[in-house]
Amino acid sequence: MRWLNLFIMLLFAVLMLYATTGLPGHADPQAPANTHVSPTYIEDTIKDTHTPNVVTSVLADYRGYDTLGETVVIFTAGLACVLILMKRKGNDKTTLSKHHRSDHM
Amino acid sequence: MIKQHYQSIIVQTICSLLIPFIQLFALYVIFHGHYGPGGGFQGGVLLAVSIILQRLYLGIKISHQKFSPRLAMAFAAVGLLIYGLAGIIPMIFGGSFLDYGNLPLFWVHDAERRALGILIVEIGIGLGVFGTLVLIFDNLVGERW
Repeated sequence: MRWLNLFIMLLFAVLMLYATTGLPGHADPQAPANTHVSPTYIEDTIKDTHTPNVVTSVLADYRGYDTLGETVVIFTAGLACVLILMKRKGNDKTTLSKHHRSDHM
Repeated sequence: MIKQHYQSIIVQTICSLLIPFIQLFALYVIFHGHYGPGGGFQGGVLLAVSIILQRLYLGIKISHQKFSPRLAMAFAAVGLLIYGLAGIIPMIFGGSFLDYGNLPLFWVHDAERRALGILIVEIGIGLGVFGTLVLIFDNLVGERW
């Protein structure tokens, strides 16, 4: 069974390596990903936003929705941490864990 | 719960010397995002690290008096609010959502307005990430507040 697994994994690896030959070359200007909106961003970013850093202008301006979503995700993670882990002042004697400990011991 | 503060003069001196520079570098990273690598996320993390370092060397009690977790929560919420307002205010002035060209900054022209909009948004992200990370640290430590 182990050898069969190894054989299947090798077959899969060969398939994946074969599939990479169909990908466009690294930094190929004619690749589909580089011919759609990227040239517009790179050429117009100074004219549109006066921001020399294209990464910043794409992140915060052209793709502002995405960054808003990321910020909301981080904020939600913080709120979840607060809701799960927060220990309030003044409820020392009534925490759940102490109840459990006294029940089982 | 954890040791209240570090009993080493070397650690205390180095930390208290280091924290202002970390915060200065964080502000540089946020405001230099237009021209180089950096931006709100990275600068916010650096700000949060400075506060966490303070928590570690001063002890939780004193550090909570200097920068309380409630303030961190307020920072996180205000950061997100700044981002949301930067999206909604252009809608009031006739643009679409997050269209900084319609921000009510009438003394600069359109492209400059968008640059300022990016800066406002980066500040919002920085505050949000800063507050959230400090908040997560404070809750993971488990000290009451």
